[in-house]
Parts: sequence; C-alpha cells; structure tokens
Amino acid sequence: METKETLFDASEITVSMGPQHPSTHGVLQVKLKLDGERVIDAQCVIGYLHRGVEKLAEAQTYAQYVPTLDRMDYIAAVSNCLGYCEAVEKLLGLTAPPRAQYIRVIMTELNRISSHLLWLGTHAIDLGAVTVFLYCFREREEILKIFENYCGARLTTHMFRIGGTQYEIYEGFQDQVRTFIKGFPTKVDEYETLLTENRIWIGRTKGVGVISGKDAIDLGVTGPSLRGSGVQWDLRKAKPYAVYADFDFDIPVGGVGDTYDRYMVRLEEMRQSTRIIAQAVEKIPDGPLMAKMSKIIKPPVGDIYHSIEAPKGELGYYIVSDGSTQAYRTRVRPPSFVNLQALRKMVAGHMVADVVAIIGTLDIVLGEIDR
Amino acid sequence: MVDAIKERFGDQFVKAYRFIGQNQIELKKDRIVEILTFLRDNDIVPFNYLVDETAVHWPKDEQFEIVYILYSFSKNEHVRLKMRIKEWEVIESAVPVWTTADWLEREVYDMFGVRYANHPNLTRILLPEDWVGHPLRKDYDIRLQDVEWVRKHLGIDSGQKYYVGEARDEDPGYITPSD
Repeated sequence: METKETLFDASEITVSMGPQHPSTHGVLQVKLKLDGERVIDAQCVIGYLHRGVEKLAEAQTYAQYVPTLDRMDYIAAVSNCLGYCEAVEKLLGLTAPPRAQYIRVIMTELNRISSHLLWLGTHAIDLGAVTVFLYCFREREEILKIFENYCGARLTTHMFRIGGTQYEIYEGFQDQVRTFIKGFPTKVDEYETLLTENRIWIGRTKGVGVISGKDAIDLGVTGPSLRGSGVQWDLRKAKPYAVYADFDFDIPVGGVGDTYDRYMVRLEEMRQSTRIIAQAVEKIPDGPLMAKMSKIIKPPVGDIYHSIEAPKGELGYYIVSDGSTQAYRTRVRPPSFVNLQALRKMVAGHMVADVVAIIGTLDIVLGEIDR
Repeated sequence: MVDAIKERFGDQFVKAYRFIGQNQIELKKDRIVEILTFLRDNDIVPFNYLVDETAVHWPKDEQFEIVYILYSFSKNEHVRLKMRIKEWEVIESAVPVWTTADWLEREVYDMFGVRYANHPNLTRILLPEDWVGHPLRKDYDIRLQDVEWVRKHLGIDSGQKYYVGEARDEDPGYITPSD
C-alpha cells in the first residue's frame, strides 16, 4: 500500500482487491486507486487462469478440440459448444438436421437460464441477500439434472458434435422439461418479490455503474449488459443461427444502463428463454441426429467468423483452416473479456462497496477471460 | 462500400471478396487508422462496433495477418479487414477509434509480439510481464515454456528442456508433439 499526499489534504491510496477475494468471482485482481472511500481509477490484472486454449487448437483435430471449449465459460458450456460446432459446420458447408437443431436450442436455452440463475444468486449474495442464492440453486439443480440425464455431465457437458448431436433424447425428457418450464416463471416472480422492490436492493443497484448505450458500443460491451443500456440487439434476432428464426420471443431492454436495469433485463431474459423452450419442446421433429459427413473433418482452405449470443454476450469463433485436419488458427472472441474492459469506466467515482456490485453485474467468468 | 474505400484510399486497397457469404477486404497497413475512422463514421454502412481484432502468423512469408472484424448495428452487416505486415513492423493502434481495441491489441502483442504505435498501455495482459516469448507464434512449440520464469516464481522444475529461441532442431533429444 502506497500513500501519496494530494492537494486537498486527502490522501490517495492504492488497494489491491483480489485475486483471492470472494466477490471477484474467480481469480481477478483489481488495483483500485482510492480517495478515501471513492474510486478514482481501477486497473484489472487478469491471466491467472490462462491455459492456452487457443494454442491447444493448433495441436488437436477439430473434433478433439470441442471438449476443451467447455472449460472456458464453464457455467455456459453448452453455448461454447454450440458456437464452435456451428462455426466448423459453416466452414464445411453443412447444416445439422432439424431434430438436432431443436435439441440444441432447448439445451442452450436451459443453459442460459442456469447461467443467469448462478449470476443472480452470486450477485445477490455479494450485495447481502443470501436467501436468493438458495432459491436460485434450487432451480438450477433441476436444469443440471436434465443435463445429467441427457449426457451424464452437469457442467462440462460436451453436448453437441460437429454435424449434429450424438445422443438421442432420453425417455421422459420432454415431460421433465415441460414440468420445469411450467413452474419456472412463478419462481422468477418469487425472486422478484425478494429483490425488485426491496429498498436495500434498490439502494445498492440504482444509479450504480451507469454506462450509456453509445459508450457500451464503443467499449464493445455485448449481451445483457448492452441491452441494459437500451440497445435492443440480440444475435438470436439480428443474425439468427440454429433454428431461432422459428420461435417467437422478445428482447428485453433497460433504460439508463445501471445495475438495476441489467438485473431486470436478465430476469426477463429467463422468462423469454422459457417461452422459447416451451415452443421448441412441443415440436421436436423426427429424423436423424447427425448430418451426412465424412468421418475425418477436413474443411477447405479459408477462414470463417461465426458468433452466437452466449448468456454473457457475443461469443465468436474465428477459424483459419489450411485444409488439414487441424485448424491453423482458432481465435475465441470471449464476451466476458471484452465486457470486463468496461469496468474501469463504470467504477470511476463510485464507492468501494459498489465495485463489488459492478463486477457482479458484468457477469464475468474468469475461465473465459483468461482462456 | 468497397467503391467508396477504393475511391478514397485507392493506393491502400488490395482486394475485396466474399467467402462463404462473409465480406472481406484486404488492405495495406499505412493508413489503417484513417480507413477505420472512415468505416466507423461513413453514412453508407456505418461500422460502429469493433467485434474483434486478432492476428494470424504466417512464418513462411515472415508475415503477420492482422484481422479486424467490424459490425454495423444499423445495417446488420459484418466485414473483415485484413492486412499483412512484416515481422517486427510497427502498426498504428486502433484505440483512438474504438476503446475496445485497448485490451484486444494488448492480447495480440502478448500472444504474437506485434507492436502498436500510439497505444496507451502496451503491456502483456494474460502472461506475466517478464515472460519470454509469444506463445501463439508458429515457431513457439506447444510444449515450450519459459523454464526460468517457472523455476523462479513457482519454485518447480517445469520438465521442459528448452528455452524460447534456442535452435531445437539440431538437438536429437528434442521431442515434437507429433512423436
């Protein structure tokens, strides 16, 4: 800790928050420059979880590489898998059969709900509301049970394959999903009764970490954090991938772009995901699960960029193929990495306690930031 | 859009083409900030969002390919800009155009060793500051590590025998990942 005398008899100190801090959601270090309780500047130090995910792609075949991606954003492993499989499929010039596409959409949306639930639980516990955490994990458990029944894993699922899905849905899958989505909207209302009009919650979130839509675009912020600032943009609508064009759903937006708006956007997104699942589960078509393709994946020479709307924002894959069985270069455009860059702008002028709220509202996963 | 670039920056233009339905423009490196500013502010297709900036290493021609992926909210369109630079050539930073480029360029510097001029804080972002080597370069073997750094900071022997930049091919004891 260094101390420096400033003009107005106040001292400016530098405090290091993290890397072992419960509110940084992983090993993130934030170097805060403080004037009393007020934050003047914040520097993020990242890289503690760097495992060389992009380098690993150069030594593995396309199919071998997919499970590695589950370890990036481990809370939303299904989205990571979907984005990569679709990118390679696009490069190969094939599309997965409709049955596989519907299963993909159901699983990805369930995963979005579980990711948002984990966010809500931890965000609330950071701000002092412990009950919400227990409620959220109760519902999250139901989703993880569906994942476990489907593919045997709960977090790092490796759910899809390039060209489709490997597993047929199990008996009673549709019933289990129907039961979950029937009860879920009332559960969201339950969270709302705990937080939405809670005076402490409003005091801790309203007007905290405000970012305007223009600044958010300049900083490349995507996902619920961008929609919270009033920009109605969702890749599922703007550039529909999988079979999202078949479904009817709304994109919720916020107003001023503070922590409270982002909270409302994510809650509404959970309800919209329920709507998508309800439509998809009723009309899963019959047919094969895998597209007709050769056993060895050898895309043509060229490059592709494909992005999907992950729970945290735009997740993009840029793949350069040299015509061999291994990708020449794989680049992941991680939403959390780019979103975290906005932290510096958002915390300036706030109290130290608000930094916790703002890190929480950005919904970051360090596994994805550091790759 | 391509015509507008050709007209304004004719000497910088290499070629424009589509691959699997995605637009790509190849450019030269000299006036990149002007071109990016023009792409952001023009009225035809305002590309106001920098999705990604990354690099690809092509060691055979001793070249790096810098890739900018841009998106236009109003027209719902993506475009990829590519430019080739020689090894150790310095290029202009895109931070004055988009703040996003700050961390993205730091990552490119960290992973490839590409240097940017006018970048506010060009330091390593994912790897430790005193790490030797840039891992995503093709001459950086997947099993390679900064042995000295690991020994000094973690107090263990990493098990890797070779330092970055050492002539490894002459040594018969060297194992490649394909073995």
